[in-house]
Amino acid sequence: MDRLLIRRKAVNAVMLGLTGLCALIAVGVLVFIVGYLFYSGGSSLNWNFFTKLPTPVGESGGGMANAILGSAKVLLLASLIGVPIGFLGGVYLAEFGGTTFPFVVRYMTDLLNGVPSIVIGIFAFTLIVLPQKHFSTLAGGMALGLMMIPISLRSTEEFLRAVPVSMREGAMALGATKTRAIVTVVVPAAMQGIVTGIMLNLARVAGETAPLLFTSFGNRFWSPGWGQPTATLPVMIFTYAIAPYEDWHRQAWSAGFVLLSLVFAVNVIARLALSRGGHQRR
Amino acid sequence: MATPVAELPAAPSVRRAGSFFWGLHGGDKPAFLITISCAAAIVLVTCLLVYELFVNSAVSRHKFGWDFLFSRVWDPVAGQFGALPFVYGTVVTSALALVIAVPLGVGAAIFLSELAPPRVSDTLTFLVELLAAVPSVIFGLLAVFVLVPFLKQIEPVLRSVLGWLPTFQGPFYGFSLFAAGVILAIMVLPFIISISREVLLAVPTDQREAALALGATKWESTWQVVVPFARKGITGSIFLALARALGETMAVTMVIGNDPKISASLFAPGYSIAAIIANEFTEATGDLYTSSLIELGLVLFALTILINGIARLLILTTTRRGET
Amino acid sequence: MSTNVSTLQNLAIDMQKGVPMKPAAETSAKLVTTDLNFYYGKFKALHGISLSVPTGAVTALIGPSGCGKSTFLRTLNRMYETVPLTRAEGAILLDNEDLFAIELSALRRRVGMVFQRSNPFPKSIFDNVAYGLRVNGFANKATLQESVEQSLRRAALWDEVKDKLHESAYSLSGGQQQRLCIARALAVNPEALLLDEPCSALDPIATAKIEELILHLKRTCTIVIVTHNMQQAARVADYTGFFLLGKLIEFNATKIIFQTPAQKETEDYVTGRFG
Repeated sequence: MDRLLIRRKAVNAVMLGLTGLCALIAVGVLVFIVGYLFYSGGSSLNWNFFTKLPTPVGESGGGMANAILGSAKVLLLASLIGVPIGFLGGVYLAEFGGTTFPFVVRYMTDLLNGVPSIVIGIFAFTLIVLPQKHFSTLAGGMALGLMMIPISLRSTEEFLRAVPVSMREGAMALGATKTRAIVTVVVPAAMQGIVTGIMLNLARVAGETAPLLFTSFGNRFWSPGWGQPTATLPVMIFTYAIAPYEDWHRQAWSAGFVLLSLVFAVNVIARLALSRGGHQRR
Repeated sequence: MATPVAELPAAPSVRRAGSFFWGLHGGDKPAFLITISCAAAIVLVTCLLVYELFVNSAVSRHKFGWDFLFSRVWDPVAGQFGALPFVYGTVVTSALALVIAVPLGVGAAIFLSELAPPRVSDTLTFLVELLAAVPSVIFGLLAVFVLVPFLKQIEPVLRSVLGWLPTFQGPFYGFSLFAAGVILAIMVLPFIISISREVLLAVPTDQREAALALGATKWESTWQVVVPFARKGITGSIFLALARALGETMAVTMVIGNDPKISASLFAPGYSIAAIIANEFTEATGDLYTSSLIELGLVLFALTILINGIARLLILTTTRRGET
Repeated sequence: MSTNVSTLQNLAIDMQKGVPMKPAAETSAKLVTTDLNFYYGKFKALHGISLSVPTGAVTALIGPSGCGKSTFLRTLNRMYETVPLTRAEGAILLDNEDLFAIELSALRRRVGMVFQRSNPFPKSIFDNVAYGLRVNGFANKATLQESVEQSLRRAALWDEVKDKLHESAYSLSGGQQQRLCIARALAVNPEALLLDEPCSALDPIATAKIEELILHLKRTCTIVIVTHNMQQAARVADYTGFFLLGKLIEFNATKIIFQTPAQKETEDYVTGRFG
């Protein structure tokens, strides 16, 4: 009897220790990634990276100014497509939804969310690049915008649903129409959550590479307007990392460092804001 | 205290000067129409996506029929296209990723939900979620310059321990199915952890207490009561991770070796569906080539949708059960 | 005792005809419902309620939970319409006007409502009180300021909040929040105010303040209050109606309901024999 108990206690201790080890490994990987990127990306990062164009093969120096601007433009377009559709669709689901159609919308949203990013790239290619017969910033923005829709819809819906029904009733009991109540009370109450949701969403697509490969393509020079191919940070990291030049590898690390810093900064700020907002809401 | 009642002026008949929007049923009609058309746009876009994939792969579908899925030849010059090597590479790397990530992920989730004090658990979960936010191309970067050299170093050890398996034989190239599987494992790990943790947290406390009250150790109550209760949800998180692994492009493309062969050894280079699309789509010449690549996209789409559907169903059933 | 019997007979007749039950002492009626039926989908929640709410008085509705008293209250400003698949049948008159013909936001301006749980908006105290005015088209700053002050005074809250009008409404205590909600409802100057168990989430001191407030308000505003607390009904109400299983069993002056009720069910309920 005693021996059994000792065995059980030993199993208990060993297994619990092992689960702790698993958690440690998972977090250790993260710490390693961040540490390594800071180490090798931060050390080769300089001011030229932000201000200069890429140099031709063989010449050292240069930067990725065009890719930074290109990424910003593509993300701007993506938000213009993904945020309004997702937000308004979310308002529909949370506030107006009936029975059958919302089910269809949710189902389709989940479907779209599960589509691999490379397939989204093909879709944007057939939709815009094929008819126009050239790669463009527009196509890249379209691809990322499509990727933003499902998440912005679901997070908007979620945060609107978290607003108590009594808010809507309170406003309507004062003579506000349904829409008036939504615009003046419900959406403002959920605003912080919705905005952080959008920020997280943006950070997520900012690192997407696959959908850009054959939509915005790449460009060694500035890309004026919206109709030409453009360089973006993630695609630059990809091309520079698999190229056989030492100097390009260094640049890829710098770009990775910049991209990851941005993504992490947004994530940390947004998640802190969310957890603080959670305390305020009753 | 009895203040005289304020005399309010009569409500102006025009709600807001010049506002057409508020004029129509106080805005309810237009607001409904605007929001429902955005919702409808999502349905439309998703249907259009399937339609475009289908139509643009027509040339290849007509030429090869179902043979496309079972042919192992990929020869753009000869105009012969078969999906099998890519499906094989995709499935093998994803499976390897799960073999590595599932025990680690579930273990970590158990630690975070059952054992760690709330403050530690919250902090670690926060870090794990940050790991989920790392872009795939950055994992690829690290895989190329850190993981592959590292694997080359530990390869003799692996071979001496697991070398009797056919999967660990032949020369090791570094850029291989094995490297792709390992980097995929790291990438799906945060998804398994955070979803499994949520599912475990949804298990009612009285289940744990009942086991503990009968004299079970902490581990026994967790492994024999809590985990079985959450089993479907954990399986769901694994399927979700699988769906992500199948569709993952960049990191895999950068380390898989890009060789359309079917080899039993994980040490050999391979190719995945997403990787070949990423590599060859812009270079594809001729309708048949492009169409074959798009058909590969269609195959990938079908695969991930199927797996995602199963995952969602599983997660839904357990979290529902936990609530009641 | 003889009056009781006659009341009983009268009521029996009234109910058959669907003529609204009235308290014995005649006053003018602010709200009159005639043969009001109410459905949640297929479930019939109210059965032929005929009741007239006297002007300038406090009317309490009591009964066990699920008896339909809150549902009835929500028909009086058509708040039930926010819940899908609900349906009301029968007639309701507000000052002899068909309530269903009145434009919805005008109706809700005239018949205000305060809910069980205080529900201030996540805005400043000032903006909360001004909300109804703004929604109804008053944008004039001076008017707003004046009405906000007046409403807060009527809700006996002014002295406590006058120095922090622009702080969040959530900085107030539970009782203050509920009085803020009353002030918010008063700001649009309603003719009637519906209170749905306004004190159920409050402590005794805050409850006493609200009750005092109700007694003050009835001079300028007809009040209907739903309460599960019979002592509260006895303290504040001039008239009381007793609901049971979706039916209005009895409606009369509060004193009569609590001391000499005509119906057996009412007597059982107010003496605590069930419910």
